[in-house]
Amino acid sequence: MPTRSGKADAPPRAERFRLHHLLAISDLKREDADHLLARAEPYVSFLEQKSKKLDALRGRTQINLFFESSTRTQASFELAGKRMGADVVNMSVRTSSVSKGETLIDTAATLNAMSPDLLVVRHPSSGAAALLARKVSCSVINAGDGQHEHPTQALLDAFTIRQRLGTLEGVEIAICGDVMHSRVARSNALLLTLLGASVRLVGPPTLMPADADRWGARVHHDMKSGIAGADVVMMLRLQTERMQGGYVPSAREFFWFYGLDEDKLKHAKPGALVMHPGPMNRGVEIDSAVADRVDVSLIERQVRMGVAIRMAVLEALAEHGANA
Amino acid sequence: MSRRPTLIAGARIVDPASGRDARGDILFADDILDVADAIEAPNAARIDGAGLCVMPGLIDMRVGIGEPGAEHRETFKSAGRAAAAGGVTTLVMTPGADPVIDVPSLVDFVLRRAPARAPVRILPAAALTRGLKGELMTEFGLLQEAGAVMFSNGDRSVVDSRVLRRALAYSTVFGALTAHRPEDPFLAAGGVMHEGELAARLGLPGVPAAAETIMAVRDLALAALTGARLMLDMLSSAATLEHLARAKKSGVNAVASVSVHHLTLNEQDVDGYRTFAKLSPPLRSEADRTALCDAVSGGVIDVIVSGHDPWPAENKRLPFDEAAFGATALETLLPAALQLHHNGAARLIDVVRAMTLRPAELLGLKQGRLVKGAPADLILVDLDAPYRLDSDLLLSKSKNSPFDEKLMQGRVMRTFVGGAGIFANEPCTDQSR
Repeated sequence: MPTRSGKADAPPRAERFRLHHLLAISDLKREDADHLLARAEPYVSFLEQKSKKLDALRGRTQINLFFESSTRTQASFELAGKRMGADVVNMSVRTSSVSKGETLIDTAATLNAMSPDLLVVRHPSSGAAALLARKVSCSVINAGDGQHEHPTQALLDAFTIRQRLGTLEGVEIAICGDVMHSRVARSNALLLTLLGASVRLVGPPTLMPADADRWGARVHHDMKSGIAGADVVMMLRLQTERMQGGYVPSAREFFWFYGLDEDKLKHAKPGALVMHPGPMNRGVEIDSAVADRVDVSLIERQVRMGVAIRMAVLEALAEHGANA
Repeated sequence: MSRRPTLIAGARIVDPASGRDARGDILFADDILDVADAIEAPNAARIDGAGLCVMPGLIDMRVGIGEPGAEHRETFKSAGRAAAAGGVTTLVMTPGADPVIDVPSLVDFVLRRAPARAPVRILPAAALTRGLKGELMTEFGLLQEAGAVMFSNGDRSVVDSRVLRRALAYSTVFGALTAHRPEDPFLAAGGVMHEGELAARLGLPGVPAAAETIMAVRDLALAALTGARLMLDMLSSAATLEHLARAKKSGVNAVASVSVHHLTLNEQDVDGYRTFAKLSPPLRSEADRTALCDAVSGGVIDVIVSGHDPWPAENKRLPFDEAAFGATALETLLPAALQLHHNGAARLIDVVRAMTLRPAELLGLKQGRLVKGAPADLILVDLDAPYRLDSDLLLSKSKNSPFDEKLMQGRVMRTFVGGAGIFANEPCTDQSR
């Protein structure tokens, strides 16, 4: 175990994480989320040290199974695992067995035979991580399944905000853009609400899931009113193929009405923080002038916090699995 | 410098906004200054309105103009002249020009070019989908900011329900009004007139009324799903009206328009292969026509449009199935619509409402009403003047009127836009312009 940083606001946590898998924020209770965030606290300062190697997961095997291309999430999980001392194997399945006709369950059986301890999965189909979790004996971490959830992204976002503002209680957070296709938005809306924040979802109706207002968030179709008075403005990525007239008429129209620029940001609370899960489309959902503002943009910090959160998640699940 | 006021005295003043239909005086300069039973205005230019009727200038929500791209059919200038003579002071131009009005720069083109050439207000409707192809939605927000007053897919239905659903959903962000002409293109394919006994006798392929009803029901379901402001454009059949009335009653944000031709003509008018009455949607049965009149009277249909669609003779004097669809109508809109008043099918004020106040409300315009402070867009009409229409005398570039040689009743005597006299049926004594 690393030495605790001794942060005063870290709530006391149960000795052991309650769950065997991390599949969705919707599985978490408040204490589970608090547990993971508290566990990540000490790693923030640890990651600033010159030597960044721990041995909490020494001898454990972590497989990163990515059915969808990813640069930052995969690298983040790989680094997190390595820093905890695990043996990390990366598998990009897009190019291998799936194209040979192997089903997801066959792949799971094959991997299970290799006895990993931790399986990090990204898959283009919603529910794929949960399906895998039923077929393998190790812990499964959902690194993004279709349009469903991306729990570690939400955890790192919540963690980043809490680091900066000290709390999430009563914080006004606007999640803006392509909510419909965003697993980040789903996980964040659930987690941030769970942690006491107040969430608004902002985007055109074509990019808003049906009945999104029942998520416990308020829905806005106008950006300026949607971010009015917000403490945090979280932008989502709009994929290129969705800007061509299917969901929104064009990239230029989307930027004009929904892109975060200095002008729109003025409607948020003075000094409001700006976040983006990356990768950014500059000039589509966010203006470079805003994305690069060191005083309010947390975008780089989100990436940094991602490693700390994933170290905590890997550790918590491995600990659980050790005596399961 | 402010304009010298004009007083029209002793006319029947019909104003749906105030509900007024009574003799009185109206005083106006750029805007309407006063409407009352009697107004003292010694310095005003005085027009004797005895025996005549004053009503708001007509707002025609569906006018095809050939500019840009088909200037031989109609230009801003010729359409403006025809509109002024027809008492139409504001018109919405359909987006089916060449190029299609589907980008902000083309909206800007219309708004810059039209005012210098036409004395009436010409407002562009932008295309609902790019190139009117029904595939990809247009830039509603940017088009609206450029000045598009509504969105329309012209004469073509958006067949792909998902495309229309998304376009309607997206339109709600901007509170935009979308006009959609319901017609199943597969059922209508090849049809040139109303499907029925007459079509069978004439040996012409028909378009069944169901082609409209099927698409209209879908459109109403999508309006209910998205909450969008939908206008069912140019309805033609009684069956569709039942669905529309039910949807309206259940709170769907839908309105509807009808062309004046469908209120005044029926399928019999194409008998003898008269291509000038070849319209899309086709003129339908007499039962459909009377149902449409009742719908105007009862408010189920909100708006009467001209559906002005100018075509030169070479596109019309052809075998029936080869001739173009459409009729020139700016100058016959009012006298034709007045038939409903003359034959007792609807009250005058209700007919006027469908061409003035309702369009103004739907488009968010200040004109279309005779109330203090509104722009002085108004017309002086001789409701009863009888004449036989000679389409050669029409001011439109294209003379394809189905009313040619028909007896008409009702004539525009004066037309004012923003207080300026832009048309006078007799030598104009108004020196304000």
